[in-house]
Amino acid sequence: MISAEFAYQRPTTIQEAVKALAGAPDAKVLAGGHSLIPLIKLGLAQPSALVDIGRIASLREIKTAPPGVTLGALVTHERLATDPAITKAYTALADAAISVGDPQVRARGTIGGSLAHADPAADEPAAILAFDATIKAIGPKGERTIKAADFFRGTFETALAADEVLAEIQLPAQPARTGSAYVLFPHPASHFAVVGVAAVVTRSADGKIAKAAIAVTGASTRPFRAGAAERAFTGTGGDDAAVAKAAGLAAEGIEALEDLTASAEFRTHLLGVCTRRALNIALERAK
Amino acid sequence: MTATATPYIGSRVQRKEDPKLIKGEGIYTDDVTPPGTLHLALVRSPHAHARINKIDASAAKRQPGVVTVLTGADTAATGPLPCFITLPNLKSAKHFPIASDRARYSGDAVAVVVADSRRAAKAAAAMIEVEYEPLPVVIDARAAAAPGAPILHEELGTNIAYVYPVKGGDIDKAFREADVVIKHRIKNQRLIPNAIEPRSVVVRPDEGGGLTVWTSTQIPHFVQLITSLNLGLSQNKVRVIAPEVGGGFGSKLNVYAEELLAAFLAKTLGRPMKWTEERREGYLATIHGRDIVEDVELAAKKDGTITGLRIRGYANLGAYLQAFAPVIETVLHIFIIPGAYRIPAFDCEITGVYTNTTPTDAYRGAGRPEATYLIETTMNMLARELGIDQAEVRRRNFVPKTAFPYTTITTLAYDSGDYDQTLDKALAMADYAGFEKRRAEAKSRGMLRGIGLSSYVEICGLAPSKANHALGVGWGGYESARIRVHPTGAVQVFTGTSPHGQGHETSWSQIVADSFGISPDDIEVRHGDTFESPGMGVGTFGSRSLAVGGVAVHKAAEKLREKIKLIGAHMLEASPEDVVFEGGKVHVKGVPDKAKTFGEIVFQSYMAFNMPDGMEPGMEATYYYDPTNFTFPFGTHIAEVEIDPEVGTTKIVHYVACDDCGVQINPMIVEGQLQGGIVQGIGQALYEGAVYDDNGQLLSGSMMEYHVPTAADVPNVELSHTVTPSPVNPLGVKGIGEAGTIASTPAVVNAALDALGTLGIKTIDMPLTPERVWRAIKDATPKEVRK
Repeated sequence: MISAEFAYQRPTTIQEAVKALAGAPDAKVLAGGHSLIPLIKLGLAQPSALVDIGRIASLREIKTAPPGVTLGALVTHERLATDPAITKAYTALADAAISVGDPQVRARGTIGGSLAHADPAADEPAAILAFDATIKAIGPKGERTIKAADFFRGTFETALAADEVLAEIQLPAQPARTGSAYVLFPHPASHFAVVGVAAVVTRSADGKIAKAAIAVTGASTRPFRAGAAERAFTGTGGDDAAVAKAAGLAAEGIEALEDLTASAEFRTHLLGVCTRRALNIALERAK
Repeated sequence: MTATATPYIGSRVQRKEDPKLIKGEGIYTDDVTPPGTLHLALVRSPHAHARINKIDASAAKRQPGVVTVLTGADTAATGPLPCFITLPNLKSAKHFPIASDRARYSGDAVAVVVADSRRAAKAAAAMIEVEYEPLPVVIDARAAAAPGAPILHEELGTNIAYVYPVKGGDIDKAFREADVVIKHRIKNQRLIPNAIEPRSVVVRPDEGGGLTVWTSTQIPHFVQLITSLNLGLSQNKVRVIAPEVGGGFGSKLNVYAEELLAAFLAKTLGRPMKWTEERREGYLATIHGRDIVEDVELAAKKDGTITGLRIRGYANLGAYLQAFAPVIETVLHIFIIPGAYRIPAFDCEITGVYTNTTPTDAYRGAGRPEATYLIETTMNMLARELGIDQAEVRRRNFVPKTAFPYTTITTLAYDSGDYDQTLDKALAMADYAGFEKRRAEAKSRGMLRGIGLSSYVEICGLAPSKANHALGVGWGGYESARIRVHPTGAVQVFTGTSPHGQGHETSWSQIVADSFGISPDDIEVRHGDTFESPGMGVGTFGSRSLAVGGVAVHKAAEKLREKIKLIGAHMLEASPEDVVFEGGKVHVKGVPDKAKTFGEIVFQSYMAFNMPDGMEPGMEATYYYDPTNFTFPFGTHIAEVEIDPEVGTTKIVHYVACDDCGVQINPMIVEGQLQGGIVQGIGQALYEGAVYDDNGQLLSGSMMEYHVPTAADVPNVELSHTVTPSPVNPLGVKGIGEAGTIASTPAVVNAALDALGTLGIKTIDMPLTPERVWRAIKDATPKEVRK
């Protein structure tokens, strides 16, 4: 557990950070460090430099800016799990945040770090996908926004360029009668999601399901939206049969991962169970 | 000196060792870095079985900071690593710190780098090019024993290290006359010990050609012995210190390759050497535990009375024999299989086999958890088969309390016991009678609830020496103690035991406090330094420390107690029969005012002018205690679990235990040992298991895959006890270090099978992972629902 040598910089503004990144090939952004540092210690990542954005105060903010909420990249899991701006309107994200690691990791680890790291079993990406968030990246050429649906490319791969800093996550406003939940089946040792499902449902005034978003983590090489399940569930009355049908469709079109903890068959089964449980809680919260 | 009349034996004295450990002031081996220290890094084979054709270290040697790179051929002068066991016809393979011709498991060392920093050593190790010629791999013991299997050690001509039979009674008659025969295959999966402190060793060459060795070990005296024998150093020139040791569980009960290598390199290069294991490295290079598969046949009458037990098993020893490996699944396993029961006929044979895996050896319980798991899960199968309650089937077969001392069919002489009493108490604590109501309530929530019993008997002590010799253990089973009372009355206890979490500093001081009538606070207990302790300390393992080492301390203290009394009587001008020694004072019977204090008497022993004629001056005593028998703690544990059938998770909702370890010196330490042990046993039942692929690669290679239970995973455990003193030793103590681990694994699995039994599921392999449970439920015939 001895890391290779690397340069270290600690900018105080995003512009400085971007400049630092541009100046050092193979540099990596360091936020909470709870994913990156272990990788470096295990020799699985060997960045030439770390650009520590931890002192950029503006990235720590949660801004309630109607019609939505903007999260700075450095907002910790702990804050997501407890801040009323999140727990009320974006409950699935709070559920996901409280599922991350342990109290120490939640106190230091950040939402921006989790998304940029893109571990295929991380919890928060599922919620970010389900809420149709957008991600603001800042690079040498300026700002751009990336839809969550376009952000996750594969295992540890995102749409972020090497010279971009993930600055903010914008959560769109949620309509009335919306409820959400995140349910995972945790790995016993690592507590990463063997499967995790974030469900966001909106009922119309007549009680029918106006909108359903179901996003999955842990089951595949990247988080994804379970489109077939969403379509099947939308327009139904949200009854048990509709929930069961959607749960059965959650794995549609994917080839589930297989590892020591779960075979593809078991993981597919767990995906159905987590989808059903997440939908049921979300429906309860949508009342 | 605080004189006191309170008996300290039996009281919950706060652990003396904790403040410094909690404050981070404990000195562990890795905290020791003598000036000029060089660091070692081992190059380990990535192949489970391969010929080593060529090692090119030229690039590595050119790296800055690198002192040298050595291979097996360069280090053969270390001599082989020891195995202390000689079973009949044991085929013992040569085992050197660095393999020279072939690597036999993934992790086998093939070269060592010596450099001036750890970083330089690690970097250079990564640059060494080894040309391997991969050989066929065998990881399963049964497969490795079969004809045609790839042979690991060609000089032996076979992978079978031993075949160990134990027989008693008329087994054929037992099966002929049985009404029912239970047959099943029992697997105790391979476990990875996971002491909190990884292994570490530092060796410093001293003036005059000696060595000082700091090492994270349970057996400093054996490290001293082997280092001096193998390196040709006079034993008095080798000082081995086990400073604070952060857990062992048997994994530090070896003289390891790195210890011998560091000593050899310090001696030959004349510089201090240091090596500290990384956790992932430890998963490969520190011993594993368990790994035995047994086919069990139990013969019984319709009423549940056992008539015979037949077992054939294969133990996986890994690639080489470690220090105690051959006794684990033989002596420590087979003899105690009958457990708490009268078994009139017994026939067991275990075959120990080399495979291309990390060597196995003692891991908390060492053979005894496997035995208890075997008999206790089989008892529950018998109960289910005959429709007899699981508590009742135990009761019908228990050795009755009137039968002690009781000689088992395997020739063990159980010292004392009252098995019904611990069972009754545990049943009451568990509200066993009310269980079916709870099962029904759980069912209404869609959960499967089960309750499981485990009534165990453990062998502790691992002495007497005569028994050790007869059983093939190549060393005596005694333990040593020396007590030095300084002229000022300050008391130092030097023990041959080597605690690494057990609290001997506290317990031993309680024992001495009661002999002298002083406070434990006034007694210092020192351990783990071969230059201080008596000539030979055997060490801490096998729940032996109290029943052997603690008694040695008591015996040494009683020798001094007698001397104090004689000097006191002399100073009081009274006859020794007319004085008493209590509350830290010697006084004439009935005249407490006319007294000499402990301090006055000790001082006189050094002034030495007013003592009985011919008495040796001074106040120091050494005692080597060799017990007359093992001790046999026992008890019943009961687990209650709920299984979520949809996802296969097993949650322990209630856990109770009633244990009897004889007299308790410090009930708080007893409870701590039980709590930790129970959690470790739960780990085996539900979570832990080393997994190899067919190529011999360890897939569960880190704590991210191998789940050691945490506080969040385990229930509150309710403990109670009974006290049946052991007649074997004057303290009446038995030992408690492993009981929790031994008892809890079958209790949890029996509870899970009680829950799953409602679906017709009769057996399941450990660990009970969610997928395994889910699959068992899925595959079960749903029609076959039982009561």
